[in-house]
Amino acid sequence: MIPIEISSVKKAYGNIKAVDGVSFSVKEGEIFALLGPNGAGKTTLIEIMEGLRKRDEGAVKILGLDPWENGYELHRKIGVIPQDFTFFEKATPREAVKYYADLFGVSVDADGILREVLLEDSVGVVFENLSGGQRQKMGLALSLVNSPELYFLDEPTTGLDPNARRAIWEVIKGLRSKGKTVILTTHYLDEAQQLSDRVAIMNHGHTVAMGTSDEIIAEHGSGERLEIHGSEKLASYVKANTELKVEYDGKGLITIALREKIDALVALAAVQQSGLDWGDIQTRRDSLDDVFVKLVSGIMDEHGEITVAHGGNNSSSQRRR
Amino acid sequence: MVSAKRVMSDLRVYGRGYLRNRVGLFFGLIFPVILILIFGAIFSSNNSGTITVYVQNQDAGPFPTPLMDVATQFIDALNSTGTLNVQLAGASENFTQYLSDHSSADGIIIPANFSANYMAGTSVNITVYGNPSQTSSAIVSGTVNGLANEFNLRRFNGSSVIGLAQTTVNTQQTKYVDFLIPGLIGFSILISPMFSLVSISSEYKKTKLFKQLSLTPLTKMEWLASKVIWYIFLSTASFLLMVAVGVFVFDAHVTLTVWLIPFLILGPMLFASMGMLVGTLTKNPDTAAVIGQVITFPMMFLSGTFFPISLMPEYLRTFAHALPLYYIVEGLNAVMVYANYVQALIDIAVVTVITVILFVAAAKLFKWRED
Repeated sequence: MIPIEISSVKKAYGNIKAVDGVSFSVKEGEIFALLGPNGAGKTTLIEIMEGLRKRDEGAVKILGLDPWENGYELHRKIGVIPQDFTFFEKATPREAVKYYADLFGVSVDADGILREVLLEDSVGVVFENLSGGQRQKMGLALSLVNSPELYFLDEPTTGLDPNARRAIWEVIKGLRSKGKTVILTTHYLDEAQQLSDRVAIMNHGHTVAMGTSDEIIAEHGSGERLEIHGSEKLASYVKANTELKVEYDGKGLITIALREKIDALVALAAVQQSGLDWGDIQTRRDSLDDVFVKLVSGIMDEHGEITVAHGGNNSSSQRRR
Repeated sequence: MVSAKRVMSDLRVYGRGYLRNRVGLFFGLIFPVILILIFGAIFSSNNSGTITVYVQNQDAGPFPTPLMDVATQFIDALNSTGTLNVQLAGASENFTQYLSDHSSADGIIIPANFSANYMAGTSVNITVYGNPSQTSSAIVSGTVNGLANEFNLRRFNGSSVIGLAQTTVNTQQTKYVDFLIPGLIGFSILISPMFSLVSISSEYKKTKLFKQLSLTPLTKMEWLASKVIWYIFLSTASFLLMVAVGVFVFDAHVTLTVWLIPFLILGPMLFASMGMLVGTLTKNPDTAAVIGQVITFPMMFLSGTFFPISLMPEYLRTFAHALPLYYIVEGLNAVMVYANYVQALIDIAVVTVITVILFVAAAKLFKWRED
């Protein structure tokens, strides 16, 4: 059975189209990341899949069930960490795990589960006294209680320090090695790249790219290019004496697009021929970051907010502040 | 559908959290006891049963035999009614000044030659000072009037035909604290479930805790049931504590019967549902808190909790009948003070209807998840 199949899903809040026709399917054992800035529609989409929100249009099958109509049945089979996981202030992680075990009617080794999420040193601390990272780990622990096959993790590491993030990554990698299926939303590019088999980049309620990192880069990134540190004069020389596409950035960096590997030799021969000075050379390919910036028209800060409009310059955005 | 195991499990987590929260515990258990101690102390001191009255005896005799000192006999009779605590003022004092110095409005002057005039059958007046707006003054003049009648009759028949009844109004009257206990039990049945449910139902909505719970097999009915059970338990504990304080500290007369059980079950259920409705129907915790207080405070004061409804003007009495707490307090009074079980049955019926309506509305309107 295909764990997740959604097609043409739409959801609007008034005039705002939060999710505007998204389709994809996720295979068993796959880790699938929804990547995008805040407001891209990631949480709305994941909540529709979890059965917490009603979709306006489209078809959604999660483990073969309609999540809104059969939510109660579905929820026994999935594990969820909502965004900004929260719990009863005066309950401890150990009590919380036992509570969930009672609710799901399963018997679990509470301390074992808490060890699995690296929370063994805080099992008896009440929730209100836990740090942000510890709270997320507790959320992760609760999502493990009913040993589901399918997990929905909505921004599991947002706002956490690097150590806590890495600890959560380890748990997610553990899920992968056990063959669990995971849907993850994040606005961290490295997180999506590190953890997921496939990524869907969302922006304004649409998926703007989907596939493995390499597939997305190949489809949406520019190809391989040769970068040479040199003068404008050198750039002009190479341009005049080869048929290559040459760009000069005005600050000493010449970029030459490579259609084939052999183009690099042609370019370097021309450089040597010119008799002009040149510095470091390297070949480069677009990273997921480059593609992401191109696709969502901006650069995200750590909170997932777009800070710089693509193509604009820094000074204009700074003046606005 | 409803699993007792899940209800118990939720009850355990909620109850433990509640007990760890000192503020909740204070308002749930300690605060009503403090109120009973304060109000009980204020009002029971006035309840000693005697009114202090100052008496100036200007009749200095001469009396050939003690039997002929009718003035002293009259004063002794005043003293023995049990209603008045007679304090003698010196015959030479300026009596109005004397009363004013003692911050009292109640005084009696027995005029000079009172005894001689009485024996001779000459009309003589006793002067009674008083403040017409005070019940104590009415009691003083009533007592003096009664005694004067008795002395008049004794004068003509030589024997007492009509005596002054020695029973006082007080022994028939229920003490303030007897009435205060049911009122404060009503108060605690209202306060804890109402404020807690307003707060948690709006907070859980805001923090999306309800959404999280919806991802477990716990149903909203089970969640609501566990809260109701917790507040029944808490109200019963609070009830026992208040009755104990009332009986041991203030010597209150309280009747404990099975008739109290419906109120201790329905009351918390009613106000938990009402709190749930407020939390559900408002947009955020701040608005919920304000609406909760707007509903709670008038109900708290106008339902006969601290003051009897009979002391209120007509329009407030009519208003009180629209308040659910009124029927709970009236019912508790009917059971605990008056043993009026017909009245209690009517109140139980009214409370049941209101509770069922509010509980069903709360369960229906309260949503785990959003559209």
